[in-house]
Amino acid sequence: MSPSVSRRKLITAGLATAAAGSGLAVARRLADRYGLIPPDDGGIYGVGQTLTYASQRLLLRHQTLAREFNPSEISKVCPVNGGPPDSEAYRRLASGDFLDWRLTIDGLVRRPSSFSLGELKRFPSSTQITHQACEEGWSFIAEWTGVPLSYVLNLVGVSARAKYVFFFPFAEKSFPLGKKWGSLDMPEAWHPQTLLAYGMNGQQIPTPHGAPVRLRVPRQLGFKSLKYLSRIMVTDTAKNIGKGWGSSSPEHGFSWYGGI
Amino acid sequence: MRKTIPKFASWRFAGRLRWVIGGSTSMPRRTAPPHVLLTPFRDSISRMPRAESAYVAGFAAPISKIPDPPRHSAVVRITHWINALSFIGLVVSGFAILLAHPRFYWGEAGGVGTPYVLSLPLPFMRGGPSGWGRNLHFLSAWICVLNGSLYTLSGVVTRHFPKHLLPAKADLAWGSVTRVVSSHLRFERLGVETSLAYNLLQKVTYLAVVFVLLPLMIWTGFAMSPTLVSIFPGFVTVLGGQQSARTIHFFAADLLVLFLLVHIVMVYVAGFRSRTGAMITGHSTARGEHP
Repeated sequence: MSPSVSRRKLITAGLATAAAGSGLAVARRLADRYGLIPPDDGGIYGVGQTLTYASQRLLLRHQTLAREFNPSEISKVCPVNGGPPDSEAYRRLASGDFLDWRLTIDGLVRRPSSFSLGELKRFPSSTQITHQACEEGWSFIAEWTGVPLSYVLNLVGVSARAKYVFFFPFAEKSFPLGKKWGSLDMPEAWHPQTLLAYGMNGQQIPTPHGAPVRLRVPRQLGFKSLKYLSRIMVTDTAKNIGKGWGSSSPEHGFSWYGGI
Repeated sequence: MRKTIPKFASWRFAGRLRWVIGGSTSMPRRTAPPHVLLTPFRDSISRMPRAESAYVAGFAAPISKIPDPPRHSAVVRITHWINALSFIGLVVSGFAILLAHPRFYWGEAGGVGTPYVLSLPLPFMRGGPSGWGRNLHFLSAWICVLNGSLYTLSGVVTRHFPKHLLPAKADLAWGSVTRVVSSHLRFERLGVETSLAYNLLQKVTYLAVVFVLLPLMIWTGFAMSPTLVSIFPGFVTVLGGQQSARTIHFFAADLLVLFLLVHIVMVYVAGFRSRTGAMITGHSTARGEHP
């Protein structure tokens, strides 16, 4: 092989690598612009997370609805993972039937507000019978009643810059942000079936299921339906909150996105 | 035809000595580029003063004389090994996910305290392996699906499926079917000619894996995704529910693992070096093994 041929090959290979690299970078920027990159996109597993999230978000251009079931299909056994927050404030509110509980909403909103349980119940309510699967594999069907998150977001006036809605449960001594916190992207936050639920199977949500108010995100796995809510915060970035991966789940080896 | 020396010893020792030291005299005609076949032995070569010259003198000439088309096309070879890696990733991570809840249900919903169809004698390992398991599972699944799409597309375009995998009329003749089944049941070593084309059992098995089991895995996997189900509810309603999909996913995975084990055993029985070599380099060394 003559030197000029190998040099040409080298230059071609170099140019091809550079083109592929910059092509990937451009694709990544574009994808980020259209909300196709999850906050936990780092590392080798981030490749899989990003492919899954991006392809599902592209398929979900139109807000598809999770399946709803008949009352006869409601599960007799509704298992739970984990217990209520280990917090004095939570125990005190629980013993007072959550009459003094308030849900704070702040961040990129025009009117930062806080709502009591009674106020949330006076808002237009929505009831759904949906399937909830834990990432572990088990699942149950239950009826949930609450106010659509979109209604509350409209009330407080969300900024056009908003990219995520963060949800925090009660803070605990060893978990200043709460034990299990997380975020939804805007398509999921605006979705008509995404509820701030206060009722389950026709009653107040029982404590192990997230009293007084939990999130219901029926298009994602159960770990996205965060319990024991205390604060909602609208942001344009996932950085600076925890490790910046969008929720506590990636910090324990799980993914941020739960659409699977 | 057949040597008295056991197969394993033949390739491992006699073959190795012949290749590394003997070189030119017993050189098989049809063979892979020597640098590929010798890769595992490179260490021993470097320790032998004569090896380098034997390599050059003995192997340089026959390379240009490889006239036969490859046993397996480049696409089949590359996708085979990528698939092998991604499948191992899927099995390992699938087992890790399973450990979080090693119990199976039928219908839409199920959990501890509800009737189940199968409960494996494994501990419920919560909060641990299903995290990295799921991450690895999805990374491997993406590689498997993209790689499999390339394989399928290429198989259709190059007519690989109708030419090599669809059973021919002759394969389906009664005498031919009984012959191939009985030779398998007796674990018979097959002749050289069998390394050049698939027999009926191989064809049927590969078709079932490629066109039934793997699509079923993808389908039942999709049926466990609440988001994908919201787009295509039929994915899961046809199966009878999300838990049914999970259970089918598990049993189909078992069949695929069974296929993998039988596949490896058959490769050993048929001649590990020649078959594996053919899937790596494209060229069967069958004649070298059965002179």
